[in-house]
Amino acid sequence: MTLIATQSLTKRYGARVTALDDLTVGVEPGIIGLVGANGAGKSTLIKILLGLLPPTSGRATVLGMDPAADAEQVRARVGYMPEHDCLPPDLTAAELVTHLARISGLPRTAARERASETLRHVGLYEERYRQVGGYSTGMKQRVKLAQALVHDPDLLLLDEPTNGLDPAGRDAMLELIHRIGTEFGISVVVCSHLLGEVERICDTLVAIDAGRLLRAESVASMTTSRDVLAVEVTEGTDELAARLDLLGLAPQRDGRMLLVPLRDDETYDRILTAVAELDLPLHRLDQRRHRVAELFATKETVHV
Amino acid sequence: MSEAPARGGASPAGVIHDIGYQRYAGPRLGRRYAVRSLYVHSLRTAFGLGRSAKAKIFPWLVVSLIGAVAAVLTAIRAQSGQMLVPYVDFPEAITVLVLLFCAVVGPELVSRDLRGGVLPLYFSRPLRRGDYALAKLAALVTAVWLPLFGAQLLMFLGGAFSVDGLGAVWDEFGDFVPGVLYSGVHAVVFASLALLIASLAGRRAVAAGAVVAVFLATTPVVGVLSALGTETTRQLAALASPMTLVGGVGDWLFVPPGAGTDPARFGPLYGGAAVALVTACVILLLARYRRVAR
Repeated sequence: MTLIATQSLTKRYGARVTALDDLTVGVEPGIIGLVGANGAGKSTLIKILLGLLPPTSGRATVLGMDPAADAEQVRARVGYMPEHDCLPPDLTAAELVTHLARISGLPRTAARERASETLRHVGLYEERYRQVGGYSTGMKQRVKLAQALVHDPDLLLLDEPTNGLDPAGRDAMLELIHRIGTEFGISVVVCSHLLGEVERICDTLVAIDAGRLLRAESVASMTTSRDVLAVEVTEGTDELAARLDLLGLAPQRDGRMLLVPLRDDETYDRILTAVAELDLPLHRLDQRRHRVAELFATKETVHV
Repeated sequence: MSEAPARGGASPAGVIHDIGYQRYAGPRLGRRYAVRSLYVHSLRTAFGLGRSAKAKIFPWLVVSLIGAVAAVLTAIRAQSGQMLVPYVDFPEAITVLVLLFCAVVGPELVSRDLRGGVLPLYFSRPLRRGDYALAKLAALVTAVWLPLFGAQLLMFLGGAFSVDGLGAVWDEFGDFVPGVLYSGVHAVVFASLALLIASLAGRRAVAAGAVVAVFLATTPVVGVLSALGTETTRQLAALASPMTLVGGVGDWLFVPPGAGTDPARFGPLYGGAAVALVTACVILLLARYRRVAR
């Protein structure tokens, strides 16, 4: 089953601001990292997925449902953790989460039980009977996560869950999200502007920039070929790319360079042969450590 | 709380942590249940129930003042047999207290959520924006009406014991019911306007001030209009303020004709104006929540 799919999803605010631009992406259940700079369109995408914003054009599917048409059904099965402060300070965590569980449709008793249970799962014990206003940022983030989880959704949408946390708090939060995605069996979309943070816990990474899809791939497929060869020729990059593709080397265009997965020592020879046969001026050929961040970089800026 | 005692019992805290996550397989009730839950929660919030002692002070202060007025009136009637304030005049007699209650509770219901940024938590659930606004409005109307009803009920019970015979009690009941209905009109008009104003301000103090200001600022207008001008202007002057507007509706609906009250002639106009005011407030409130916290 496809967890989330979008087809040519576009969202414009007024005539000038385009938040999402012809975004087509499909992801499978698991832990998905949605990465992009601030203003890349992550929050807009989440709001469309929740049925809170109508898309200007195109469509989205969440858990097999259309959020534009069946917003309530979608929202009953999805949990959302907003980026910003959203907790009323003068309620206790237990009361707040119980109340929100009922708004999600859980009967009174079930709401109370699930609220206690969920707060325990996120690591709040006796504190849950204290007013939220007195909580630390880390505890508040946990309450925000608990309210998203309390009605046992099939999908969690977390908007910058590590915002404002210290390094230890970040690790704990990421660990918790990882547990939710694996042990609890709930699919999670984690929005972040920090790729390095989410790549540790995600199965799939989706990168967007200026409302466009940069890349959507499973982390496994990115890291199986950890090492790559960077090939740069002064001219005829396209020809070389075509030739290497023909040879089954799966080159990826990255600015003026071609990145070729290094399978064995023979890869070197095959590239060199290809360059020689095409009679192209070779500028460089070197092996690089392949970081996920590089796969997502729009342009290669480092030049040796 | 309802958790079974920890296995082993040696280190309970450690064991609780090990309880695995359980999927929820029970019923999921729909949007209507969500709205009802929000209504009940908001009504409790209005009286500070389930919240700190500090949140209870103001609403209960006003409620006890209203109760005290009713108690005094009942006592006077029991002593002298004289009804100083009839049921239908009671909401008007304590209109300032009603206004104060709106100014305290209205912001409590909506401004807190605005300021705390809580709305996204509601709107990401099976609840529409309009549902939120209407549930809050219904809660405020009920919260305003309940103390009025309680006070009138107290007066009725006191009165029922001081009159003789079942017939007299029945007559008393005949006076009581219009009074309760009029309290309802009061509650609807005051609550709609107060909630709309409160929903525009995030700070509770500002919202409370704005509510009082809008209600009170219009009163001098009524005074000026009725001081100058013709008989007709005088009779229409009360339209200018929500407080006197409600009074006009009350006179039209519940005071028998020929009792000589000013706006009686324009009764339907007052009724129409009240309906228009409430409708406008609801429409603006819904429009407000269509835009907020996107």
